[in-house]
Amino acid sequence: MSVVTNTTTIGAIDAPSRRNTELVLVAFAVLISVFAYANVGLALHGELPAGMLGYGLGLALLGGVAHLAVRRFAPYADPLLLPLATLLNGLGLAFIWRLDQSERFQATDNFVAAASKQLMFSAVGVALLVGVLIALKDHRILQRYTYISMLVALVLLILPMFFPAVNGAKIWIKIPGVGTIQPGEFAKIIIAVFFAGYLMVKRDALALASRRFMGLYLPRGRDLGPILMVWAFSILILVFETDLGSSLLFFGMFVVMLYVATERTSWIVFGLLMSGAGAVGVATFEPHVQDRVTAWLDPFAGWGKLAASEQMAKSLMAFGSGGTLGTGLGQGNSDLIGFAANSDFILATVGEELGLAGMMGVLLIYGLIVERGVRTALAARDPFGKLLAIGLSGSFAIQVFVVAGGVMGLIPLTGMTMPFLAAGGSSVIANWALIGILVRISDTARRPAPAPAPSPDAEMTQVVRP
Amino acid sequence: MNKPLRRIAIFCGILVLALLIRTNYIQYVRADELNANEHNRRVQIERYAHERGNIIVDGEPVTGSVETTDSDFRYKRVWKNGPMWAPVTGYSSQAFDSSQLESLEDGILTGNSDQLFFDRTLSMFTGEKKTGGNIVTTLNGAAQKAAFEGLGNKKGAVAALDPQTGAILALASTPSYDPSVFAGNSMKDSDARQKLLEDKDKPMLNRALRETYPPGSTFKVVTASAALENGLYTDIDAKTDSPLPWRLPQSTNLLQNEGNIPCKDASLRVALRYSCNTVFGKMSDDLGNKKMIEQAGKFGFNEEVFTPVRADASVYPEDNKPQNAMAGIGQASNRATPLQMAMVASAIANDGKLMQPYMVAQRQAPNLDVIYTHEKEQLSEPLSAENAQKVQQMMETVVKEGTGTNAQIDGVTVGGKTGTAQHGLNNSEKPYAWFISYAKTDSGSPVAVAVVVEDGNANRDDISGGGLAAPIAKNVMKAVLDGK
Repeated sequence: MSVVTNTTTIGAIDAPSRRNTELVLVAFAVLISVFAYANVGLALHGELPAGMLGYGLGLALLGGVAHLAVRRFAPYADPLLLPLATLLNGLGLAFIWRLDQSERFQATDNFVAAASKQLMFSAVGVALLVGVLIALKDHRILQRYTYISMLVALVLLILPMFFPAVNGAKIWIKIPGVGTIQPGEFAKIIIAVFFAGYLMVKRDALALASRRFMGLYLPRGRDLGPILMVWAFSILILVFETDLGSSLLFFGMFVVMLYVATERTSWIVFGLLMSGAGAVGVATFEPHVQDRVTAWLDPFAGWGKLAASEQMAKSLMAFGSGGTLGTGLGQGNSDLIGFAANSDFILATVGEELGLAGMMGVLLIYGLIVERGVRTALAARDPFGKLLAIGLSGSFAIQVFVVAGGVMGLIPLTGMTMPFLAAGGSSVIANWALIGILVRISDTARRPAPAPAPSPDAEMTQVVRP
Repeated sequence: MNKPLRRIAIFCGILVLALLIRTNYIQYVRADELNANEHNRRVQIERYAHERGNIIVDGEPVTGSVETTDSDFRYKRVWKNGPMWAPVTGYSSQAFDSSQLESLEDGILTGNSDQLFFDRTLSMFTGEKKTGGNIVTTLNGAAQKAAFEGLGNKKGAVAALDPQTGAILALASTPSYDPSVFAGNSMKDSDARQKLLEDKDKPMLNRALRETYPPGSTFKVVTASAALENGLYTDIDAKTDSPLPWRLPQSTNLLQNEGNIPCKDASLRVALRYSCNTVFGKMSDDLGNKKMIEQAGKFGFNEEVFTPVRADASVYPEDNKPQNAMAGIGQASNRATPLQMAMVASAIANDGKLMQPYMVAQRQAPNLDVIYTHEKEQLSEPLSAENAQKVQQMMETVVKEGTGTNAQIDGVTVGGKTGTAQHGLNNSEKPYAWFISYAKTDSGSPVAVAVVVEDGNANRDDISGGGLAAPIAKNVMKAVLDGK
């Protein structure tokens, strides 16, 4: 990079770009996934799967294209985000393919092989990531669309109301010829843009122009009003669509971003109180939620009586049978879970076939992605970037917690997808876009500061050299 | 803004940590409990994922395993000549669990038993395919065939023992069932089982072990043993104090004999030869309820027998005087399983020593290493050798010139006792035909057998222990003797 020629005390920090590290890691991620395929094929059919080459090349192509795009358009980006996402996506493909091979599923009437579709969706996702990198030269451009994104998010959230419910939740919209999409996944990103934009402008007002009330600092209504309204609106919609996972996610994201923007701990307290009240409120009038709470408290008690309990119990037994080292890929019976085994419950397959060891590995990969996201937020130089990065990575963390905690019986099951791992077009596309934005922010954050303009005073300053 | 960011980072870290702790908790701490859960289908899948070991008779398996494709249970149990062996093997069904030997020896048969731990560990390294171990039974194929075919389409049961060891040689029950028809997991299997359960002839009932019948006159050998053991009589050819007609105690009812037979003051030998109700009824009354219970108990009454398959307890109950007198001739509330009566005959044939009945001779590991061999075990000594020989003489007279002539075998000493047990209110239903016997050679007795036929189809007057049951017993004994 540039050589510091002038004598000012501020110099450009010559950070290494780490692009080659990224390339090696992406290659490693692809290789691991290909091995996973080989393992499944050998375990199930005793031979290398015919599709292995196709999936391997497909994944390598995706990783390669994404890497080249990063190299070209975001050379200073965090080198870990892309390989980690590629690894999860690749492992997810292998798991989905493994579940496609299940004879139990193939015997059902509405069986559709999901792996090839997932690869296609991954390609769309990576294309979106490349698109974000090309179109979004600077993430701060997004600030301009604060209020538009609010509108778009609300429209996306309202849309599924006009489509019939699928499996008890109205979170899908059906576009003829394209298939079903889950707008909530995209709304997650767009609403983060709105929160970041709005909070950046209003954070001082929110933090300082407040009245003390019962030990808490309450901001003025005109500052808090709009954001509270948008948030309440989206929660209400989601409650009516019985998409509890997303409600929780939006709420968590909102509290996190508000806390970061205002630096006031009282927001956390306030948020927890509100979420507690909301949860109790929803639980009292939603039978759907009550079932899930019952299933969570004692999954085996409702065996044969309550579908939610039975599914929960089956999920726990899948984890249990994996034990410490797992049964090995393709050798478990996680497909006994039945419905949603390759989407919401895909983690049960990881737990059964890779065991405790594999689960800890996968959870740590998610942890690393979140950690890189938070690091990006820390490194970002502008408040909007900080807020957006923490909003996205915070929501990612909450989603992982809610889904994984749900299928492991730590918290009541809410029904969301495990990012990248689970089968689901909207999910994988939206998460690639999310990674794209994080990559863009990290690129801006890590980009070496431009060499300062030569100071007119330089000549007059006397430099003392030892 | 960095301070709250760091805190959020810690918060995210806590979320991931919570997940890590949870996954450790369910996959390590609770794994065993979850794997043992009754709802966990993996248990069954694993159970049927390997070929099950076999139950072996005369060195040949009577069971097998076939691979199926219609469900996630890979191997299905099949039986060779299922109806004949069902009372021994029991069933093992993918959908309806298992019973008897298939159930009791499940650990060995599936290969999951702790006794096979070393074997399993070894094959883990050698990469051998997992299979189950074998159960070698004491049964005698020819004797079983003779028993099963002898019963034919009649309802009844046969139990045969080796008196010197207690080894079970035959265990037949008719009508029987083929466990293969519901070994699988389909609707067809379910229907077949339902049909068996609803059958009024109860084909799935193991009559040799689990049905108690009034033993009728066959019980008179127990009463005679009690009289000899307690010193009521010592000489089997001396006159007894037996009036005719004899009135039941505390009652106005006269005890009847079948036909006009010489029972007045008849000796033990004569009384048993003609099966005198009056003589043995009075004998039981003279001995009293307590002594009768005691003697019956020594023969194994009033306790369940584990062969290891459980046999119902035969019952000689506490009772009032008239009932005790009736119980002494095998009526009233006296109930016995065919196995129990075979045990009575075998104890007498073995000079008074009753051996523990058993049917598992050996357990084999999948590689045919023997991991368990049964050691013969004496259960009790119901009567002294001297008295046992006296009873033997009496029983041999029965076969030579009494009611049991149908059981005679050329060149072999056979002792036996017939029985025709009344049942139903006021003797309203067709009686059960009983026969217990043993064969004897120079080296002691190799076989004792009990046969009961509850034939609803036979003409009432034709039903007698000697006529219906004795020929079956004879064929079973012959089959054992021929095999020697």
